[in-house]
Parts: sequence; structure tokens; C-alpha cells
Amino acid sequence: MEFLTVHSPILIVAIPLLAAFIAPLISRIGNKFRDTVNVALLGFVTLLIAILAIDVYTNGTRIYTLGAAVPEMAIPENYMVPIRIMFQVDGISMFMGLTTTVVMLAALVYSLNFLKGQTGQDRFYSLLMLLYVGMIGLEFTGDMFNLFVFLEILSIAGAGLAAYRTNLADAVEGGFKYIVISAVSALLVLFAIGILYGQYNLLSIAALAQNMQFNTLDMIALAMLAIAFVMKLAGVPLHMWAPDTYAVAPAGITPMIYTSSAASMYALYRVTFTLYGGHFDTTAIGWIVIILGVLSMFIGVMMAIHQTDIKRLMAYHAISQSGYMLLGVGVGLAVLNDPAALANYGRDAMNGGIFHIINNALYKGMLFLTAEAIFFRIGTRDLNKMGGLGHNMKWTTIFFIIGALAISGIPPFNGFASKLLIYESVFRFNPLLSVIAMFVSLVTLASFTKVFYSAFTGPEMPAYKEVREVPRSMLIGMGIMVACIIFFSIFPGLVVDTIVAPATDALIDQAGYINGVMGAAP
Amino acid sequence: MMQYIPYNIPFIAVALLVGVALFIIVFKRNLIKIVMGIAILEAGVNLFLVTLGYRAGGVAPIYTVTPEGTMVLPVPQALTLTSIVIGVSVIALMLTMVMYIYRHMGDADSRKSRLLRG
Amino acid sequence: MSVVTYGYAVWSPIIWLVVLLVIAAIALYVRSRGQKRYKKGTAQTDVFISGIKVPPTEQRHVPAHNIYWGFFEALKGFYSAMMRPHTGILNDYMLWLVAVMAITVLVLIIVI
Repeated sequence: MEFLTVHSPILIVAIPLLAAFIAPLISRIGNKFRDTVNVALLGFVTLLIAILAIDVYTNGTRIYTLGAAVPEMAIPENYMVPIRIMFQVDGISMFMGLTTTVVMLAALVYSLNFLKGQTGQDRFYSLLMLLYVGMIGLEFTGDMFNLFVFLEILSIAGAGLAAYRTNLADAVEGGFKYIVISAVSALLVLFAIGILYGQYNLLSIAALAQNMQFNTLDMIALAMLAIAFVMKLAGVPLHMWAPDTYAVAPAGITPMIYTSSAASMYALYRVTFTLYGGHFDTTAIGWIVIILGVLSMFIGVMMAIHQTDIKRLMAYHAISQSGYMLLGVGVGLAVLNDPAALANYGRDAMNGGIFHIINNALYKGMLFLTAEAIFFRIGTRDLNKMGGLGHNMKWTTIFFIIGALAISGIPPFNGFASKLLIYESVFRFNPLLSVIAMFVSLVTLASFTKVFYSAFTGPEMPAYKEVREVPRSMLIGMGIMVACIIFFSIFPGLVVDTIVAPATDALIDQAGYINGVMGAAP
Repeated sequence: MMQYIPYNIPFIAVALLVGVALFIIVFKRNLIKIVMGIAILEAGVNLFLVTLGYRAGGVAPIYTVTPEGTMVLPVPQALTLTSIVIGVSVIALMLTMVMYIYRHMGDADSRKSRLLRG
Repeated sequence: MSVVTYGYAVWSPIIWLVVLLVIAAIALYVRSRGQKRYKKGTAQTDVFISGIKVPPTEQRHVPAHNIYWGFFEALKGFYSAMMRPHTGILNDYMLWLVAVMAITVLVLIIVI
């Protein structure tokens, strides 16, 4: 048990990587055998994540150095700075790790039945495991170049999966746009890492944060890093690739690609709070993040209500909800150096923003899965042609209602809890931002009412008389997410105190992050 | 002022490569040319990483038949090798997708092959 | 455990659900004291559209792009201005990236 706890960061990355590489070999034995092995390995990884979470939330940050005699020895003998590749798991890394694992479980169980009859299934599971490795690696790393490598891994796997259905013309186009966007953003991130390395000769985030001098070159590096991550997380005005890619990805992949955008948001916070925090006036970069958040919310939802393709509509909503997260944490970033304001409303704003990340991954992921359930049975994504599906697909309708009410921020669901935290604290920062947030929430409800009316209610269409409910593994995949949504709705206080508040503390407390590494001399 | 130029020629080359690459990606319409632009951008960033690793009077960290001098840490070279490998796989994936787009649409032009818009 | 505190106020979903159940009980009680003369399966449950002949199902269901017609008609100028940047061309996405990055670099260098 001690062995598992100490070595869990590397095992969590290594086991899915092994599963990715042996998937083509296992498929030779049979499809059911491969499915069983994948689900078993992912179940073991979930157990490791639970063990690591209990350890991080009771004992604090956990460090794992690759290649050292003892994993917690961050700085080698006779050296002053960390040289080896390091995983550093603190509160917010663990939070993102939990989010990623829940979405991956639902996506894997959903895909078991969705891919019946498709060719190349072994490569699909291989790429899905690689996507999981990329996301977890990005969230656990403590090293700038490792961040770039895992960012590229998740981009390549995500693009390959988005373009999986090569018989459809728009699928390949969506995948191509995603890989071009990701490649250019990642190369600009590498350029910025090169600028930082050239000045300080250091790649570890904690060591860089300690030696940062905030001269002009560092500001250029910050701008490149921040905008490249904003492009990867689809914030307005760099959001136009997102509806194209989210709409054409197969089932189960869209929640994963959406969660990889949330992982890029985590990388943005890691760079602005931890790398550039400290004795630095973060008001300017905080206001930039707030403005991007407000633009994302507003333009995302106004474009969403205009769409007639169901997955494109939901993709625009994903962009709009990302704006809420940027707004909440941006307010925290802007008041980071003002202790009175930080204690008064800054922490609540950041709690709201970070709680919204996991809420959104859950209900947005589930809404994407219901949209794909409709596409699986009918074969079209066009809302103009649908109607009266609620008569036959009862479970899908119930899950859709729960998801739509949660995303609009209707009590008692978890969306209301996180949005309430954001409204109340942002109001004390600047009232206009809160009013815009509430208006966006209204228009979100309006557009989901449109989808509900067009797709599920209404008289039974003669063309859809033989449509039956979706197979059971797809219902179980959606059910995992609905169970989590209902749990988070009834016990929001438990979630905020256990998972979200340590994440906020980990972001604000930059000195603790540095001491975890530099203070850990052998 | 003039004596700084020979030292800075690699950095000027990096700036030119990145500038040309961004120009190609923004203004050229053929999808294969966009992929070529990304390859040039990658070459520019790799050159930047290798140039940063230059230390005057340094010696390669090889232990047989070592000449006099201080050994350098081979970190930037390791970063560049990783980046080159990632670049190769990204370009291979992009070219495969361009092939599929051409097969479906009959035309590899970014203005014509845009089924998804609005 | 199920209570979130923010600032000076409190959000508790359990209390909200209890209040909802009480109000629902009152509403159901008031409803149960209403009219009971209602027969299912007769002409009382058919679709009624002001007396005209009811069209078949495909023509009766309002399609999605007609639902919020008034809203879109009122905001026509806004939507035509919004549709112009959303072209779908890859080069325009890259142009936005280069422009926003240049503006951010300038803002950060000048302000700090």
C-alpha cells in the first residue's frame, strides 16, 4: 500500500500508456477480451487516483522525481537546482486529475457499444488511452518542457480521434483544423519555453518561479504562453475551431476533447498563478483574463442560440461556460496582491470558477453523450428534422432534462451552486460583469428549451416510429455522470470543502509550491 | 554595435524563419502549403533551441578522449530531439488528413473545403 | 455537509428541496379539489387549433430555426455582424491568433 502511494504518479501515467501500446496485440484474441482488459486497467488506474487523492488531501503536495534514488528527492546530490523530470501533485492538479478520470470512465463505457461494426477499433482504444495519458501528464507535471510534450501528445491523440470517421467529409475537416491549431499553439509554447530556458537555464516550474525577474523578455514569454493556452481552451476570439471539431468527433470523444480544453485552462492557471505569481502586479493579466471570459460567455451563447445542428449548439455552450471559469478565476487573479479583497471575495470567486470546471465537465459531457445517442439512433444532427423522440427514448430524455437544467444554473443542481458563488463574488468586484453573467445564464436556458422542444417533445413523427432506446452500455456511461451530478447537487458543501478549497489554496499559495521542491533537499 | 552581428546571426535566422512561416500559414490557401508553413515554423523553433545551448569554450559531455574544458549539460539538445520527433508525427498526421480531404472534396483549397461554417 | 457558505449568505439544497416538496403538496391538494368530469379517449383530448382542420404531424411541429423568430428578427444587424468573422477558413483562425498575440505582447510590455 505504501508502495502504491509513493509510486502512484508514475503508475497512473504508465499503465494507460502500456494499455495503449498493447491494444492492437490484445485485439487479435478477441473484441470482448480487449474491452475487458481496457475496463479492468482503467478501473485499477481509478483506484490509484483515489489512493493518491486521499494522500494529497491529507498530507499535502506529493513529488515524484524520475530516476532518483528516493522519489521524493527533488534536488540531486551536490546540485542547487532540480535537474530531473518531476511530477508534482498539489491540490489543483489532483482536482483536474479527478475530473479527467470521471469523464474518461464515462467515455470508455459509452464507447464499448457505440463502435459496434466500425473498423479500426483497436486503434481507437489505443488513441483513447494516449489521450488520457496526455491529459493526466499535463495535470501532474512540475516541469515546463514536460508540459509541452504532454500537450502535444493530447493534441495528436485528440485530432486522430476527432477524424476517426473518415468516411464523412466534415469529420476529417474538423480533425485537420484541430491539429493545425494545436500544432501552431504548441510551437509557440515551445518558443516561450526556449526564451525562459535561455535566460535562467532552468526548466522546473518551482525553480523558475523562484528566480523570475519579470523583465521584457519574460513578459513576451508570458504573453505567448497565455495566448497559446487561450487558443487551446477555445476562448473568444480564438474559439472558431471548437464548434467544427466538437461537432464531428465520435461519441465519448467529445467530452474528452472538451476536458482537454479544461486541462489547457489548468495550464494557463499554472503559468499565471505559480510561475508568474509572487511579487508581481497581476492586475493587468487578471483583467485580460476577465475580458476574455466575458467575451467568451456572451458571444458563445449568442452564437449558440442561432444554430440548428445539435452538437454545434452544445459546442458553443461549452465555449460560453468556459467563460464563466475564466471570469471567476480571473477575478481571483486580479485581486491576488490585495489581501483584504482576496479574503473577502477573491477566494469565493476562485472557488466558484474551479467548482464550475468539474460541474461543467460532468453536465456538458453528459449533454454531448445524449446528443450522440440521438445521432446513433436517427443518423442526423439537424434539429429541423427531429421531433417527438421523448415518446420512445425515455431515459435519454430524463438525462437531457437534468443536464439542461444543470447547465442553466437552475436550483437545486450543482450548476446553480457554482454560478451563485461566481455571481455573488464578482458582483462585489464589478457589478456589470455579474449582470452579464446572469443574462448569459438566461439565454442558455432559452437555447436548451429550443433543443428540448425540437428534439424531444411534440407529436410522434411517423419517420421515427421504430426508434428504440439506446443500448445499455451507453445508458450506463451517461448514468455514471448523472449519478455524479446528483451527488454534487445534494452535497455541494462537501465538494467545495474537500476538493475545491485545497485547489484554490494551492493556486494562491505560490510559496508552498516552491518550498515543496526547493526546500526538499536530500 | 557591428561586432554583435556575427554572434546574433542564428537569432536573426530564427526570426526570419518564424516570420516567413507565420506569413505562409496566414495567407496561403492550399492546405499542403499550410502544412509546409508549420514545418518551417518547427524548424525555426528547433534552431532557436539549439542556438541557446551554445557555451563559449565548452566541451561535449563525452568521457572517452576528452579534450580540455568544462563539459556542458546536454539539455537543449535533448529538448530539440524530442521536438523534432513530435514534429515528424504531427506533419505525418496532417498530411494524411489532407489526403482524405482531397479524396472527399476534390480540392485542397482552404476556402473551398469548408463544410463547417457559421 | 451540504451547505455552501459564501460571503455572508448560505446555499443549502436540502432546505430548497424540502420547500419545493411542501409547495408541491399544497399545489396537488388544490388541484385535487377541481373538476373531475373529464373523459380520456373522447373528443375532449384531441388537438384543437381554433377549429381549422389539423395538419399532419410533420407540418405541425415547428422546425428549430423558426422557433425564436422574433428574437432573431430584432437582432438581425447584430447577427449579420457576428456571422462575418465566423467564416470557417483556417487562415482566418491563424490571423486572429497572430493579431491577439501581438496586442497582448504590446499591452503587457507597455503596462508593466
